[in-house]
Amino acid sequence: MNPIIAGLVTIVVGVGGCVGYFYLSNLLLDKVIFPARGENISRNINRANAVRPWLFMFPAIFALGLYLVYPVIGSFWRSLYNRAGNEFIGFGNYQALFTSGDFQVAFFNNLLWVLVVPAASTFLGLVIAQLTDRLSWGNIAKSLIFMPMAISFVGASLIWKFVYANDPDIGLINAIRDFFGLGVIDPMLVPFWNNFFLMVILIWIQTGFAMVILSAALRGIPEETVEAAIIDGANPFQIFFRIKVPQIMGTIVVVWTTITILVLKVFDIVYTMTGGEFDTEILPSFMMDYMFRDDGIATAVAFVIMIVVLPVMIWNIVQARRELR
Amino acid sequence: MDNIAGSKSSLGWAVNITVLVIVVLWLIPTVGLFVSSFRDRDQISVSGWWQAPFAVDLTFRSRAASEPVQQDGLWIYEGNLFAEDAALAQTFGEGSGEITAFGNRGTQPAAYVAGEEVDLGDGETLLVNSDGTYRFTAAEEPRRPPTVYFEAETPPEFTLDNYRTVLTADNMDLAFINTLTVTIPATVIPILIAAFAAYSLAWMDFPGRGLLIAAVVGLLVVPLQLALVPMLRLHNAIGIGQSFLGIWLAHTAFGMPLAIYLLRNYMVGLPRDIIESAKVDGATDFQVFTKIILPLSFPALAAFAIFQFLWTWNDLLVAKVFLPSDDASKVMTVKIADDLLGSRGGDWGILATAAFVSIAVPLIVFFTMQRYLVRGLLAGSVK
Repeated sequence: MNPIIAGLVTIVVGVGGCVGYFYLSNLLLDKVIFPARGENISRNINRANAVRPWLFMFPAIFALGLYLVYPVIGSFWRSLYNRAGNEFIGFGNYQALFTSGDFQVAFFNNLLWVLVVPAASTFLGLVIAQLTDRLSWGNIAKSLIFMPMAISFVGASLIWKFVYANDPDIGLINAIRDFFGLGVIDPMLVPFWNNFFLMVILIWIQTGFAMVILSAALRGIPEETVEAAIIDGANPFQIFFRIKVPQIMGTIVVVWTTITILVLKVFDIVYTMTGGEFDTEILPSFMMDYMFRDDGIATAVAFVIMIVVLPVMIWNIVQARRELR
Repeated sequence: MDNIAGSKSSLGWAVNITVLVIVVLWLIPTVGLFVSSFRDRDQISVSGWWQAPFAVDLTFRSRAASEPVQQDGLWIYEGNLFAEDAALAQTFGEGSGEITAFGNRGTQPAAYVAGEEVDLGDGETLLVNSDGTYRFTAAEEPRRPPTVYFEAETPPEFTLDNYRTVLTADNMDLAFINTLTVTIPATVIPILIAAFAAYSLAWMDFPGRGLLIAAVVGLLVVPLQLALVPMLRLHNAIGIGQSFLGIWLAHTAFGMPLAIYLLRNYMVGLPRDIIESAKVDGATDFQVFTKIILPLSFPALAAFAIFQFLWTWNDLLVAKVFLPSDDASKVMTVKIADDLLGSRGGDWGILATAAFVSIAVPLIVFFTMQRYLVRGLLAGSVK
C-alpha cells in the first residue's frame, strides 16, 4: 500500500479508534455495567466514578507500560544472554564491556559530554537571557538563537561540517587559519579536542532552550529585590550574580538536568560527524554500533545508560512529589 | 530596572554589540549552509561560501573551431576563446570575460600570464589576451586545432540545480514523503490518548493518582535506547516487523510521558469553578472533558503537537531501528546520514541542499508557532 494512503488511513483509524474507545467505553460503563437507575443507583454511580479514571487512562498506561516500563526489564534480561540470545551468561556482557578499551573511551567521553554540554549551554543561555532582557530587539535576537532547536541533529551536523571541513574553501575554521598563514588541520582528527568540537554542535543547539526558560525565570524575579540592591549600591554584576542567580537556582537546576538527560540520548552528532572514529565514541553511538549485530552487548550498554540516568530520575520524582503536596 | 541607578547608558552599547556578535556567531553556520545550497558546484570547490558574492577564478578549456590560415609559412589560428565554445559564450556573455592566465596543458592550466606571447617549442607560439582574443602559430600544419586552457574571472553564479538534483535524482522526494508519512500520524494520535490521561490525573480523584504522576515524571527520562532491542523483537514476533505501523506505535508511546506531563500541568491550572459548576449542572466527566477542558487546553495541545512534530521529523534513532533499511522507506535524516554522506561525501552543494530541504519544514513550523512552543517549554519546566 502507498505509504501516504496508509498514513491517512492510520490517522483516521487511530483518531477514530481513540474517540470511539473513549466514547463507547464510557457509554458502556454508565448504561450497561453500572446503570444510574434501579435500586442500587447511588452505589452504581460511585462504582462507575471509581472505574472511569482507569478507563480514561488505559490506552496511555498501556502504551507507557509496553514501550517504556517493560523494556527496562526486557533489556536487562536480554543483556544477561549471549549474542545469539540462547545462552545465559550472567553479567558476562557487562564484564566484556568494562574490560574493553573502546567502551572505556566511550564512557570517558560521555562523562566529558555530561560535564561540559549542560554547563556550557546553561551558562551561555543564562548570560544571553540576561543580556537580551532589556534590549529593544531582544526578542528577535532570542528567536534567532533559539532557532537551532528546530534543526535535526543530522542537519546541525551537516551545517557544522561547513565550519569544520578540512578544506579552506569549505570549512570556516580552516579558512581563518589559512588567512593567518597557518596550515590546514582536520578538527575531527585532533586527539581529545575533537570531542569538544563535537560538543560545540550540541551546545549550539541547546543554548537556545536554556535561554528561553531562564529568560522567563529572570522576568519572574520580584522587582523589589533588584531595586533594593540598586539602592544599596550594588553594581550590575553583583545584581546578576548575588541577587538574580540565587533566586532562579531552581530553574537553573531543571535546565541543567534536562540537558544532561538529552546528552545521554543523542547519538546522531557523533554518528554523522565521525562515525565514532578517532576516539570520539560516546555511549549512545557505541550502542548503535552493536545494534543489529550483538543484542546482548547493545542492551548492556543501554542499561548502563539507564543506571547513569537513575539519580536524575529519582531526583525528578522527589521534586514532583514535593510539588504535589 | 537598572536605569534607576543610571547604569543603563554606560553598559548599553557594550550589551548591544555583545548580543549582536553572539547572534551573528549563532547564525553563521546556518547561513553558510543556506548560501552553499544555491552555489554552483565548481564555484563551491574553489571559494568559500563567504566569498559567494564575489567573482572567482575558474579554469576553462577552449578549442579553436575555425580553420587555420596559412601566412608567411606559418599556420595561424586566431579568434576569441570565449566565442569558440557555445557554453563559454553563454557563461561570459559579450565582452564580460576577463582572462588572467592561460596554458596549453591540462595539468598547468594557468602557466602563463595573459597578454604574454609564449614559445611552446616545436615552432609553436601562443598568445592569449585578457579579453579572450588569442593567436596560435605553428611552423608545421597542426594535426588538430590546439586546445587552450585558461583561467578567467567568473561572475558569482547562483543556481537551483542542486535542488533539482536532490529532489529528482537522489530519491530525496521519496524520503520527504516518508518523513511526512511518519510524522503526521505520530503527532496526531498521541495527543488524544494523552489528553484523556492528563485529565484523569489532573481532575479525577482516585487512589494511586500521586504514584502515577510520579511514574510519568520518572518515565520522562528513561533512555529510549532501552526500548530498541526488546520492542523490535516484540514487533517482529507479533508480525509488525520493521514498518510504518511499528514506527507510529513507537513514536506514540515515546511521546506519551511528555504529552501527559505537559497537558496535566496545564489542565491543573484551569479554574476549578468552571469545572465544578459544570458538574453541579449535571455534566458527566466525559462532557466536562470534551466541552470544557479540551477547548481551554488548546495552547498546551498546540505546544505538545509542535514538540512531537519536531522530534519525530528530526529523529534518526527510532527511524533507523523501527523502519526497514531499504530505499523505499528511508526518511530524510536516515537518507542524509547513511546515503548522501557516504556516496556524495565530497559534493558539498548536494549535501547542503539535502540538509536544507530537511530542515526547511521544521524551521517554518518553528518560526510560525514559536509562541506556543515557548509557552509549552515553560509549562514543562518553570513552576
